[in-house]
Amino acid sequence: MSKSTAYKVPIGPIHPSLEEPMTFNFEIAGERIQSVDLAPGDNHRGIEFMGRNRNIVQIIYLAERICGICSASHPFAFCRAVENAAGIEVPPRAEYIRVIIAELERIHSHILWAGVAAHELGFDSVLYLSWKVREEVMDLLEIITGNRVNYGMFMIGGVRRDITEQQIPRIRKTIEYYKDVYQKLEDVFLDDPSIAVRTKNVGVLTYEDALRLASVGPTTRASGVKKDVRQDQPYSAYADLDIKAITPDIHTGEVNGDVYDRIIVRVLEVLQSVQIVEYCLNHLPEGEILSEPKIAKLLANLKKAKGEGVGRHEAPRGEVIHYVKLNELENPEVWKARAPTYNNLMSWVPMLQNQEVADIPIVIASIDPCIGCMDRVTLTDSETYKQQVLTREELRQLSIEKTRRMLK
Amino acid sequence: MKLDKYLDRSLWVFHLNTGSCNGCDIEIVALLTPRYDVERFGIKLVGSPKHADVLLITGPVNRKMLPRLKLIYEQTPDPKAVIVVGTCGTSGGVFYDSYNIVGPVDKHIPVDVYVPGCPARPEGIINGVLKAWLKLERLRGLSGKEVEQKIEEVKA
Ligand code: SF4
Repeated sequence: MSKSTAYKVPIGPIHPSLEEPMTFNFEIAGERIQSVDLAPGDNHRGIEFMGRNRNIVQIIYLAERICGICSASHPFAFCRAVENAAGIEVPPRAEYIRVIIAELERIHSHILWAGVAAHELGFDSVLYLSWKVREEVMDLLEIITGNRVNYGMFMIGGVRRDITEQQIPRIRKTIEYYKDVYQKLEDVFLDDPSIAVRTKNVGVLTYEDALRLASVGPTTRASGVKKDVRQDQPYSAYADLDIKAITPDIHTGEVNGDVYDRIIVRVLEVLQSVQIVEYCLNHLPEGEILSEPKIAKLLANLKKAKGEGVGRHEAPRGEVIHYVKLNELENPEVWKARAPTYNNLMSWVPMLQNQEVADIPIVIASIDPCIGCMDRVTLTDSETYKQQVLTREELRQLSIEKTRRMLK
Repeated sequence: MKLDKYLDRSLWVFHLNTGSCNGCDIEIVALLTPRYDVERFGIKLVGSPKHADVLLITGPVNRKMLPRLKLIYEQTPDPKAVIVVGTCGTSGGVFYDSYNIVGPVDKHIPVDVYVPGCPARPEGIINGVLKAWLKLERLRGLSGKEVEQKIEEVKA
């Protein structure tokens, strides 16, 4: 008789360790994971479809609600795509304010993640401490933008709110706070034996796999791939800064690509973001914050625009790309968003292979998944309710047909 | 019917995401952490609907989550209260015209408390849980007057 057959264990879509709905099908032999299959689709809302029925300014708010945690990243990329398509110049002051908001978001997102990761390890006191530290930046975001989540700051051709003189001391206070607290974060996450024991050599993603699966963001940087849009193709105010992609060897001198390395990258990036915010604040240019303050006029201009545009931005989880095609209509002809989790998803498969069941939560959390950003649907025939999985060839064929249709 | 006095205890809460943008979910987690710290009121997030008194539901309900929403509602023992957190669960919000959205939540299960906002503020969610608790008190058989008294007591 064979030793043992593999157990099938489904996890999700609703599970206490998952913030968002997502289904995993594990095959487990004893305590070891033999294989894993992902079944996304539980969080699909059809956002791109809705966007095609709305005007450009309305879409900004929809883009914000692709994901509450990346609620600066998606509008940032979307606005850049539209500006790229319509040839709109953004005033320098607005570029700096955009970067300040994006970096504040990165601070809150990384600290949020660190807390969740500690929770998955069963280290709840660290969860509480790190979320306490996070509240400082949430307060600041609320003061600048008026909301804790979904800031509503971005507008085509600039930002909607200025940073006033009175706010600047408050922002400096936050910068000082994080500089103070940073050493503690490092102590807790990087020098603590209990975190190291649970995360070293767990969920390894090799350099080759990271390249092969085209992963992005901290997930790929932790495997030693120096990839960061802010470094590779500087845009907005990042062009004035000299940003270097952070890899774990800066801290430890070596790259293992495990969960521990992903913690290192994110913790170091918190400090990097604090420095970027400080630089932007010191060099904040004077001037306008919008290229066209009247929204009606802006919409009229966009209605005359024709062309394609791509907007890229390094979100906390990696590169987000928005593609927009304008065709002298009120609404865009095509809008396509690609969020970082979509790329990082497949890296779960090599990471989870041969791991223990108890490590599932931390490995899943280690890429900082954002299902809301990523989710797609499977096709279901509405008459027969049969699900259909498209192969790569079929997808390619559909894509070619669509290109032909649109060229006509 | 007069229910047992079993509700003289802390409220346990189960959180269900039916396809939200995550904004409200993050605010729910923020509730548990030191700034708002609802655990001091005995409010605790639990891992199974079978242990819960209150359901916190976020998201506009997409097609794939609908059967799960109903299932989880049925799995929660009576007496229970349902709170919808966020505008998108209350009315559809920005997602109102999608092909994949079958919500809002109250089209499918009875809802007791709505917490509006996109996202809802943590203070608002605490207030919502308080309202749900009062509803559970009423289910226990307190008269309208007694409930009002209780509201005054809580406010004081
Ligand atoms: S109400 Fe708004 S913030 Fe909350 S989940 Fe819905 S879309 Fe997101």
